[in-house]
Formats: sequence, structure tokens, C-alpha cells
Amino acid sequence: MRFAIVRFPGTWSDRDCYRVLHDVLGQEASILWHRETDLSGYDAVVLPGGFSYGDYLRCGAIARFSPVMDSVVSFAEAGKPVIGICNGFQVLCESHLLPGALILNDSLQFRCEWTHLRRDGGDTPWASAIPAGDVIRIPISHGDGNYFAEPGTLDELERDSRVIFRYCDEHGDVTAEANPNGSQRNIAGIINRRGNVLGMMPHPERAGEDIVGGTDGNRIWTSLIEAGLAAVR
Amino acid sequence: MTETAVRFLAEIQVSLKPTVNDPEGTTIAGALGNLGFDTVQSVRAGRYFQVMLEASDAVTAEEHVKQMCERLLANPVIETYSFKVTALEPA
Repeated sequence: MRFAIVRFPGTWSDRDCYRVLHDVLGQEASILWHRETDLSGYDAVVLPGGFSYGDYLRCGAIARFSPVMDSVVSFAEAGKPVIGICNGFQVLCESHLLPGALILNDSLQFRCEWTHLRRDGGDTPWASAIPAGDVIRIPISHGDGNYFAEPGTLDELERDSRVIFRYCDEHGDVTAEANPNGSQRNIAGIINRRGNVLGMMPHPERAGEDIVGGTDGNRIWTSLIEAGLAAVR
Repeated sequence: MTETAVRFLAEIQVSLKPTVNDPEGTTIAGALGNLGFDTVQSVRAGRYFQVMLEASDAVTAEEHVKQMCERLLANPVIETYSFKVTALEPA
């Protein structure tokens, strides 16, 4: 597959995404400066983590108006796969491709640590190879990852099976202790209505090789790659 | 701008909606309590902007500021805003 990895001023995980997608998983991948607007040569778009525009105003609020974002919105609305990781998730929320917002961690701390995530929810090409109930181990690294939405929006997300990852303990139990940032209902990742857009705070690209402590992040990338291959067959 | 444009100062306040937890405000409230300000019941943190703009009249200026708030300065999912627009003396 051909992945477009978008780099905004202040993005920091673009190289990690490239390393995993290209070097580890053997996919085509390009890092795109945020002033690019042509996504026609790509099968999937990655909005990586970081601190776009220094997190000024609100996380992701300025990046949302970068030239590339109109193309990303069109790409997503065409049903093509888009993933926003950490700051990328914040950009997707600011762009209204996903509901809710990410606010300051309830601990007020920047949290950089391994978390366990339980696969919940419905169909998405981003997690098609991860059965419901499976627990994967992926690190977080953020100060503003506290997922907030109004109760009605949360109920709608639950009803439509759009909560894809929840913070849990190693056994898969969703507990307050396993919630690293105060996110409502332990939400770590959600999808849009069509399921082609996934936003998540944890960093799958930082769990792509044994030397960094685990490879569970690759299950997200390979889900999409296998789903893409199945669609072509 | 036309020669009839007037300079305005918009003072804008953005804060989290009452339904959104404000850990920063809660922490500040705790610190005030530690300092002996035991009259403090709660604190909500927020942001304050001063925007200088030109417009033909106050109504137009207010409409521009409202759009700035809704499109960029505040996120309606989590925040509310209020503002005051004041005409400045011509430079």
C-alpha cells in the first residue's frame, strides 16, 4: 500500500511511522509537507503525533487549517482510510472528522508509558485483524489525551460500536486505574460512521519492533494492509 | 479598508463549558486553598485574547469577531466564549 505521512510544523512521529511502514512492513510510504494538497497517489493517510504549531491555542487547532487538510477531509469523505495518532487524533477532532475533543490529562502530567488497550466496537479496516476482546500493548505519550464528548455523543458512539480501543489492564478489564488521562469511558480510540477514519491517542508506530519493547502496533497497520489486499482480490 | 473604517478592540474570553472538567482550574483552586484563601470555592481557567480589527461599524466588527470565535478561537465542543468590542479613537 502507498501511505502518505503528513508532516506539520512540529510533528515528531513522522519518521517513526515511516520506519515502521517502510522499513519494517515493506510498504510504500512518503512524508508529505503540510503544504502539499495532492493525495491522489496514496491509498491511506497518516496524521502522526507531535506538537503541530507548538500546540498553540488548542492541540491541533491550527494544523486543522493547513493546506493539506482540505484534501485529507475529501480523502476521508471518499471512504479512504485515514488514521490520526495522538496529535493526529486531535487534528481529526478539530476538523470534525471525529466527534469530541482531547483535553488536558486529569493528572496534569505528560504521560509517556505503555498502556493496554481492549479491542471493542465494530468493523474498521484499521482493526479488522484484531478480534473483539483482544488486548494489545501500545505506548502513549501525551499531555492532552483526555477524551471528552457530551453524554449524548458518547451514547451514540457506544450504540454505533465506534469505540474501537479502551484503556484496560493486562487482563482486559476496563478500570479507573488503567485510565492514564481521565478519558471518558476509558476511550483511547474511535472511528467515524463509515469506519474508515480512526483516531487514537496511543502510538502504534512506537510498538513496531521487539527492540522498542513490543510489536502489537503492527496489528493495526497489518489490519489495514490485509483489508486493502482483500479489497483488491 | 475604506476611509470610513473604524478601528476596534475586541476583548475575547474563552473558557471550558461548565460540563467539561477543568483540571487546571481545580489545581489552581487547591493552591489558593493551600495559601490560606479558604474563601475560594472553585476556579475555572480560560483564555483571553485582544484582537485589533478594522470594520465599517460596530455591528460588522462584532459579526467578524463572532465568526473568529466559532471558527478558530473557541472549540464549541468543549468551550464557550464571550467578547466585548470597543471602538478606538482614530490613529
